[in-house]
Amino acid sequence: MSPLLRDRRAIFGLVVLGVAILVALMAPLVAGDPIQQGDIVATRFLPPLSNDFHGTFHLLGTDRFGRDVWARLVYGARVSLSVGSLAVLVSVLIGVAVGAVAGYWRGWTGTALLGLTDFALALPRVVLLLLLASLWQPSAVLVVLVLGLTGWMTIARLVHGEVRALAVRPFVESAIGLGAPGLRVLWRHVLPNALTPVIVAAALGLGNAIMLEAGLSFLGLGVQPPTPSWGNLIASGRDTLVNAPWVATAPGIALVLVVLAATLLGDAVRDQLHHSEK
Amino acid sequence: MPLRALSRLVSAVAVVIGVVTLMFFLLHLAPGDPARLLVGPTATPEQVEAQRHTLGLDRPLPQQYASWLGRFVQGDWGISLATGRPVRGMLADAWPATVKLVGLSLLLSYALGILVGVLQASRRGWLDTALSIVTVTLFALPGYWLGLMLVMLFTYRARLLPAFGSAGFDADFLSGWERLADRLRHLALPLTTLTLIGIGGTARFVRGAMLDVGNAPFVAIAHAKGLSPTRVTLHHVLRNALIPVVTLLGLSLPTLFSGAVFIEAIFAWPGVGRILVEAVLARDYPVVMAATAVSAILVVAGNLLAEMLVGWADPRVRT
Repeated sequence: MSPLLRDRRAIFGLVVLGVAILVALMAPLVAGDPIQQGDIVATRFLPPLSNDFHGTFHLLGTDRFGRDVWARLVYGARVSLSVGSLAVLVSVLIGVAVGAVAGYWRGWTGTALLGLTDFALALPRVVLLLLLASLWQPSAVLVVLVLGLTGWMTIARLVHGEVRALAVRPFVESAIGLGAPGLRVLWRHVLPNALTPVIVAAALGLGNAIMLEAGLSFLGLGVQPPTPSWGNLIASGRDTLVNAPWVATAPGIALVLVVLAATLLGDAVRDQLHHSEK
Repeated sequence: MPLRALSRLVSAVAVVIGVVTLMFFLLHLAPGDPARLLVGPTATPEQVEAQRHTLGLDRPLPQQYASWLGRFVQGDWGISLATGRPVRGMLADAWPATVKLVGLSLLLSYALGILVGVLQASRRGWLDTALSIVTVTLFALPGYWLGLMLVMLFTYRARLLPAFGSAGFDADFLSGWERLADRLRHLALPLTTLTLIGIGGTARFVRGAMLDVGNAPFVAIAHAKGLSPTRVTLHHVLRNALIPVVTLLGLSLPTLFSGAVFIEAIFAWPGVGRILVEAVLARDYPVVMAATAVSAILVVAGNLLAEMLVGWADPRVRT
């Protein structure tokens, strides 16, 4: 058995993320239509675990338009999880590129890229997000790009450190000595050995990206209703905290569980790496 | 020391100028012609051209950039498109509220976070596990959702605390202690929310730093000398573990400020974050630009303070 699977944090993380992804993929099988509204007067504000007058069961109740909260949560998971992971993918691509180039070609290229990284790291991410999101029409694609463009810095610094350390190792020097061109050395010999800490950073970044996507959608700058995302679900529940607290509570708990799972999985993988180094 | 301080100051100014430059070019990249927006859809091409000339949009980009930077440095930040008020006045009114909220929450979350982290590192076992679960959960909580949950509990259910603004409508008629009490009641929920999310990250970091230092040889020597475990923890381990923690203080400022933007928006706290969110939603560009710049200035100034604190805490850095 892999040592990772003996870590309770890793098991929790894998199970929660696995269930969330599975439910999101099977959304049409496990939930009804997230946008369809029944008879608003008769079906709105139904508490969790109740049946409406059609006899339809509402696991998490209904919102103020009579829409099923569970269905919106499940379809929202599709949006939130895919936007979050695509954003992390963009961050990882930019971060690895910047970090690798800055670590391998020191000199003024490296200095300039590191300066850029430190500059971007010194700014509050949400402020940058809001600035970028205000300039274009809000959409899921914009959220992916904006989150990706503001999340690459920690990964760049990690990769930079790894690449710098690897560049002076004998196997890299011999590859250079054999006359391999710089890009090939970087791609074939250095990068594959520098990627493990990136996995940890990506797991932690995933939690953060999902949280920020929800935050942007919560403010009305992300995914636009009626398309459900966890953020705009929380926002829509904000107005009904008194009549129907479950509308804002349910997506929040889902969000916390997924972010927690990503964080714990990242922690577990990091500890594993540290142990194998020692 | 002066040379080091000078270089920090130069890089801080460079960050702020970088932000302003970034904003200028982003604004020019963005779709939509400000001149066309101002003159309206029925304007003739000549009128649009005249408006472009008035705004200086027909000049070459470097020239526009220079005059924009000049105006910005002099504090001429334009007029809000949404409210018609001068942007500088709006932000001058707002930034103390943000500094108050973020500063207090920074102090509280570090004090409590260090306490929890030290407790975890010195008493391993079930307490450590339980507190680890609590801190990682706090770390994973989105501030805007936690804020809503607290509003639901303390404002709507218990009817104990106000959820909006920094003072009641009758604040001007209160005096002395009552006024202070009113302020504190309004501060309670936003400060609690921001502090709770802050504690998680700090405690996790302090615990890690304490455990790292705990493995050092000088700790074993301190134990061997027969010092009490409490003394070793507080005087030998904690003191050394606090150095990276103080460094983290500066690095965590942008994150804390990010959290404050959401909290201010939720609790209608009259700070820079709320102005920024409202301006973004209203596409009020002069205000968005200025609020972004002010946020960057606040964060950079906080970073400088934290650096000075590191120099004070760790003599090795003072070169």
